[in-house]
Amino acid sequence: MKISDFKIIENRKIAKDVFKMILSGDTDNITKPGQFINIAISGLYLRRPISVCDYDEGVVTIIYKVVGKGTEKLSEMFEGEVLHDVMTGLGNGFSVNNNAKKPLLVGGGVGVPPLYALAKKLKNPVVVLGFNSSEDMFYAEEFRALSDRVYISTADGSFGEKGFVTDVISKLNGYDYTYACGPEPMLRALYNAVSVPGEYSFEERMGCGFGACMGCSCKTKYGSKRICKDGPVLLKEEIIW
Amino acid sequence: MVDTTVELCGLKLDNPVIPASGTFGFGYEFAELYDINILGSFSFKGTTKEPRFGNPTPRIAECTRGLINSVGLQNPGIDKVISEELPKLKKCFDKKVIANISGFSVDEYVYCCKKIDAEEQVGIIEVNISCPNVHNGGMSFGTDTKSAYEVTKAVKAVTTKPVFVKLSPNVTDIAAIAAACEEGGADGISLINTLLGMRIDLKTKRPVIANKMGGFSGEAIFPVALRMVYQVYEAVKIPVIGMGGVLTADDVIEMMLAGASAVQVGAANLINPYACRDIINNLPQVMKKYNISRLTDIIGMAH
Ligand SMILES: Cc1cc2nc3c(=O)[nH]c(=O)nc-3n(C[C@H](O)[C@H](O)[C@H](O)COP(=O)(O)OP(=O)(O)OC[C@H]3O[C@@H](n4cnc5c(N)ncnc54)[C@H](O)[C@@H]3O)c2cc1C
Ligand SMILES: Cc1cc2nc3c(=O)[nH]c(=O)nc-3n(C[C@H](O)[C@H](O)[C@H](O)COP(=O)(O)O)c2cc1C
Ligand code: FES
Repeated sequence: MKISDFKIIENRKIAKDVFKMILSGDTDNITKPGQFINIAISGLYLRRPISVCDYDEGVVTIIYKVVGKGTEKLSEMFEGEVLHDVMTGLGNGFSVNNNAKKPLLVGGGVGVPPLYALAKKLKNPVVVLGFNSSEDMFYAEEFRALSDRVYISTADGSFGEKGFVTDVISKLNGYDYTYACGPEPMLRALYNAVSVPGEYSFEERMGCGFGACMGCSCKTKYGSKRICKDGPVLLKEEIIW
Repeated sequence: MVDTTVELCGLKLDNPVIPASGTFGFGYEFAELYDINILGSFSFKGTTKEPRFGNPTPRIAECTRGLINSVGLQNPGIDKVISEELPKLKKCFDKKVIANISGFSVDEYVYCCKKIDAEEQVGIIEVNISCPNVHNGGMSFGTDTKSAYEVTKAVKAVTTKPVFVKLSPNVTDIAAIAAACEEGGADGISLINTLLGMRIDLKTKRPVIANKMGGFSGEAIFPVALRMVYQVYEAVKIPVIGMGGVLTADDVIEMMLAGASAVQVGAANLINPYACRDIINNLPQVMKKYNISRLTDIIGMAH
């Protein structure tokens, strides 16, 4: 974990209430896709955890949805402004070096961003993205640049397959591992729909974000874990709903 | 040179700054960030007889200049704390620690204090009496003078280490509770624990915390904590460890003026993991600014 300042290079709306922010600063501690950063917002007591969508030396991209006070303040910031005291290198992240030959990536809503950095590290993964409606959709083209098998579902049918990610997945085969991030109902539906092992990324309200307060604990088959430090990614086999 | 050393029942501390229980885990997360041997001491996560997962999540709610937590004393249980956590902690912290003990019956407190009494690493036992007493209708030990007295007396009988009783602020007469603990044989008083608080989510129209209510702490509670330390200092002769909302070296000095012999820092560690280090580094220059050459001289000076 490291605490440092980041300069906003870009902060742009890319879908309804969804913003993409590119930050420049010290990214040495960001080592794996699926990790998150914790952003201090002036006037608010707690930091806001947001997944790393993409990272490179000195640059990190996040995608966030405006859902409350903190994300609203973030959306009102300009290029050139500085985010102070950002915590980086948080969470375990997805494991990329496993034996999966045909990984399936499943993202829902603002659970999609962390899969992007992951998709970059995998060879031609199958990607299934779910959104409520076409106006909520983002990063379809970016994923298509990385994989020739990108499927999209929208709950209202305004784009792609009408329904949920599981409706698309029921028609797919040949995958041997899943990586997933999205709202809990989606993760649970996926868990029940596929038989292959995988890694699922979870959210929880956080006090510290670095393992000190036990605010974010969850029960797993391998004992209690802190979503911020031992997670946010859990193995499918250890999940207890 | 200013003198930052203080003393708690014979235990010499290089400075009065102590991370508060539950906000510093067992120290390792912080030891990765700085050498925690600069701390005066350190109060470890509240430990109970049995392992506890704690409360359901969400356990955290944001407040103005503070937070509500409902962790519910998640800990691996006294046996694992002694066999695993303390040896690990020893590798990164060579000073005496404060053992924070909780229980749901007098017997549980006694069980844990007896076990921890044998641990050489432990300098002080801090008995957290904010927990519900299952044998007394679930009312907290710390909200009733009789229960507070009984727990104190019972644990004092099984340990030779100094016992600091940690008080809950959720009472009408904090001085009476402190006096009852002193009568029960307490060697010192720690205060305050968290204030019972609540938040409701306007979107879902439901409480944010799964358990509906939780403990409110952080900067916002400093004036309440300071007032209670001031009152308790007048009510008892034993030393007081002050805490609640401490964020800066100025706050440490203010707490000591109210009567604290040492000061704990809680929620601030979660927001700034370097909070204790920063306070310790700033303390000498703040002392100079206010013409304080020896910190022990100012304890209770505001009275
Ligand atoms: C590991 C992790 C990764 C995340 N990645 C992303 C991402 O890439 N993009 C994105 O848009 N969102 C992400 N989230 C959710 C994001 O943290 C919340 O939407 C955000 O904290 C809301 O803040 P707010 O002030 O706008 O909302 P408010 O409701 O005003 O926030 C109040 C408090 O609740 C907390 N909170 C509210 N919703 C959540 C939530 N869903 N999860 C955790 N804490 C919450 C806030 O942090 C704050 O402490 C992630 C959450 C976690 C735990
Ligand atoms: C996340 C969290 C966990 C806590 N756990 C304990 C605990 O296990 N035992 C205890 O005596 N106090 C516990 N406390 C209370 C603190 O030690 C301290 O008394 C209180 O938070 C007031 O100080 P602060 O305002 O500096 O946080 C906890 C506080 C927080 C925020
Ligand atoms: S948020 Fe503090 S331990 Fe996870």
